[in-house]
Amino acid sequence: MGNLAEAIGKASAGTVGAGMPLLCWFEDCLKESLPLVGGKCASLGELIHAGVRVPPGFALTTEGYRRFMAGASLDREVAALLAGIEVADLDALEAASERIRSRIEAQPFPTELEDLVAEGYRKLGVRCCMPAVPVAVRSSATAEDLPDASFAGQQDTYLWIRGIDEVLAHVRRCISSLYTGRAIAYRAKNGYAEHDVAIAVGVQKMANSYTAGVMFTIHPANGDRSVIVIDSNFGFGESVVSGQVTPDHFVVNKITLDIIDRTVSCKEVCYTVDAKTQTSRLTDVPFERQKVQSLIDDEITELAWMGKRIEKHYGRPMDIEWAIDKDLPEGGNIFILQARPETVWSARSQTAVAGSSGTAMDYILSSLLKGKRVG
Amino acid sequence: MKFPVPHDVKAKTIPGTEGWERMYPYQYQFVTDDAARNQYEKDTFWFYDGLHYPEPLYPFDTIWDEAWYLALSQFNNRIFMVPPVRGVDHRIINGYVYVSPVPVKDPEEIGRRVPNFMERAGYYYKNWDELEARWKVKMEATIRELEALKIPRLAEMEDISVVTDAIGESNGYHLLKNYDDLINLGIKCWQYHFEFLNLGYAAYVFFLDFVQKLFPSIPTQRVTQMISGIDVMMYQPDEELKKLARRAIELGVDEAVTFSPEWADVEAALKKLPAGVEWLKSLDLAREPWFNVSTGTGWFHHDRSWNDQMNVPLSGIATYIGKLRKGQSIDRPTEKVRAERDRITAEYRDLIEKEEDRKQFDELLGCAKTVFPYVENHLFYVEHWFHSVFWNKMREVAAIMKEHGVIEDIEDVWLMRRDEIKTALWDIVTAWATGVTPRGTATWPKEIGWRKGVMQKFKEWNAPPAIGTAPEVIQEPFTIVLWGVTNKSLADWASVQEVSDPDSITELKGFAGSPGVVEGKARVCRTVSEVGTLQEGEILVAPTTSPSWAPAFAKIGACVTDVGGVMSHAAIVCREYGMPAVVGTGHATKIIKTGMRVRVDGSTGAITITR
Repeated sequence: MGNLAEAIGKASAGTVGAGMPLLCWFEDCLKESLPLVGGKCASLGELIHAGVRVPPGFALTTEGYRRFMAGASLDREVAALLAGIEVADLDALEAASERIRSRIEAQPFPTELEDLVAEGYRKLGVRCCMPAVPVAVRSSATAEDLPDASFAGQQDTYLWIRGIDEVLAHVRRCISSLYTGRAIAYRAKNGYAEHDVAIAVGVQKMANSYTAGVMFTIHPANGDRSVIVIDSNFGFGESVVSGQVTPDHFVVNKITLDIIDRTVSCKEVCYTVDAKTQTSRLTDVPFERQKVQSLIDDEITELAWMGKRIEKHYGRPMDIEWAIDKDLPEGGNIFILQARPETVWSARSQTAVAGSSGTAMDYILSSLLKGKRVG
Repeated sequence: MKFPVPHDVKAKTIPGTEGWERMYPYQYQFVTDDAARNQYEKDTFWFYDGLHYPEPLYPFDTIWDEAWYLALSQFNNRIFMVPPVRGVDHRIINGYVYVSPVPVKDPEEIGRRVPNFMERAGYYYKNWDELEARWKVKMEATIRELEALKIPRLAEMEDISVVTDAIGESNGYHLLKNYDDLINLGIKCWQYHFEFLNLGYAAYVFFLDFVQKLFPSIPTQRVTQMISGIDVMMYQPDEELKKLARRAIELGVDEAVTFSPEWADVEAALKKLPAGVEWLKSLDLAREPWFNVSTGTGWFHHDRSWNDQMNVPLSGIATYIGKLRKGQSIDRPTEKVRAERDRITAEYRDLIEKEEDRKQFDELLGCAKTVFPYVENHLFYVEHWFHSVFWNKMREVAAIMKEHGVIEDIEDVWLMRRDEIKTALWDIVTAWATGVTPRGTATWPKEIGWRKGVMQKFKEWNAPPAIGTAPEVIQEPFTIVLWGVTNKSLADWASVQEVSDPDSITELKGFAGSPGVVEGKARVCRTVSEVGTLQEGEILVAPTTSPSWAPAFAKIGACVTDVGGVMSHAAIVCREYGMPAVVGTGHATKIIKTGMRVRVDGSTGAITITR
């Protein structure tokens, strides 16, 4: 344990598999393809199969990652850099990590792979009717189900990336995130072979969101499974996720999809894209829009319908990120960005409400005796 | 939560109404001259029963309040022995009825009542369908008896048959006796009214309670939807209108039926046509009993029936004929409603995680479904059919009183208490027998004139929603389900402010009665006779609605009422038609004016007025 030499020994034995795709569109991803496309991209594929809309994109697969690492013998170089490093020696570890990462980030893709990614990016632009379409580039780890995601590297996400050169550069940055000092140390400590380590990278159309937010298919406050709760604000979802604003809040009946409660808040700030730097930044919401409902009722209903579908597909309450894209026409502009199982209420053990005997008469009597507290 | 002391509220007598107490039974008064009762009244929580009494009570109309004061209480407290509750106590301030559930305080006594309750209530729940069938027989017999009851006029000379048949009784005696019989039939009818209702509501309340524990955010309307019957009697009057519309077209008399909004004209025209006479026969079949449906809740003398106001059903028939001519369907989408009810029930059930909860859900749902037809159907028998006949019998009594000069107008009779009428009838009958003038001819017209003024002042008074001391726990099922007394409503009442400027209000809140959002032009209809003015797609704003308003719902886009909960007529019908309703807003008819643009959100209970 703790000796990297052992792990590296195993890694060098790894060979690049044949016949596996290097690039995979989201619609071709499935739960089962997780080892190939990572958790994030597999889950986006699942969502598409659940019948909900996600922003289009593709994954550079773990196979593609291996091809990249095998090209110019990067993998051997990395193994050599890690050889003999004790993870307890933090300075040495960080120095090695830094060398590996800059090496990866400077290494051009093999021509075949570069052409493949460039063609994917071009096709994505065609699909979105946008040349040099802005994308989000994010790492899609293969071991997200493990207790500590640092196994596979940081969950790097780069937003508003435009142009093929930028895309390639950020794909490399995502790959290099596999070699942060923390990730290397974690793997060593837990006995994961460096050879088994792989990462996929997702390239996804940036949702140019007019409004975005989160949605729970269970009431986060009382665990009620018959409702869907939506929080929303103008711009990107960051302001809602980070709690920088009090978002608009909607409670939708899951069974009938009608809005049973709504709170329209005063939303002073939101994240929008900066036209010059093409990055998202916090801006003030114009005064006259602050108290305007950030979603129209039809959108709330459609979102809830999607939430219901996602829950049904996964068979459990879900925690979902979504956005409404202003580049696209009404009726096709609501997107699900991410969906993961809800954890708080699902982990809690539920106690039965029923009376002991289960007969109507006993329940009526015991309820009569208890009465209704009103004070 | 703090509420005003009842005696302080009462002490601020409206100028000009001093002595109003004599218009109501003495036990309805909040008192200051009886220390023990005074203390009890102060320590008790009283809430204004605005659900049943949107306006101050006329002295005679107090009869139904007395009737349910007795009937509800006795079934809770003396017949079924509901363990933690006795009856519901009543008081009146300025004509407005305040009620209060009375708890059993001693835990030991509650315990002693449990086995009795289990045996007695259990018997009714177990044999519900059979007992309900017997109830219908008793109820119909009571109504027939009422219909057959003669209110004899007092003749100059009694008929010769009194002599030849050796009857030995005068019509004077029969008038007194039959007035008593009339009142007693009314009280009996209300005994039956509550035979099943307490237990029915309990089954409903605790099904609701159970489902809300499983799904804290479930709207009450959805629970109601799971149990609401489809073939309830309440819909029948409206169904009869549709049948008559179809029949008119079949017989080719639809022109004659629709040429005038005046029933007298239409009837005269139809009588001249052979097919018209045929149609009138169909009409007569429908009128008994279905046109006894009241145009109000049936609780008040001014709620007239369709039979009394034939222009109302005529306008409904005309609406349906119009739709049929345009090729539109007038059938209720019963299949769709049923399918939707079953889907909703199944989807909620699927979300229940624990097996024992699913079993309890099935048990309580089954029980609620068993009791529900009664909970809806009793209204037609009692409040509509019986009451409509009853009010007219009372008008016959009043006609005799007018004839003898004790009242100036038939409709004056409602300003007298029922026991005062009995006394006045004695006055009339003895004077008639003796051949002198009744004393009441000099006293009653003056008193009634004064009482009319008092009633007017009462109407302008704002009754505080709650007075006395708020309780910690409420166990009485009616209090919870019917009046919706909950933590939230108490808080709302405590914070309620008098509307300072009704012209500046843009937001109104009520109960979410039927989901959906509709924006449109408002039309305020204070009575059913105004529904003829409704235009297609308008939003109906009414004090409350009843089955006789049914044809209006074929035209409107949404409905708003002052009074009523999610079980009210407006809410139920709107759910069926799939249009939004906000009910129980308190004062929508005072704030919204015809022509205003309003947005009705029946899912949240919010109304927005565009000014």
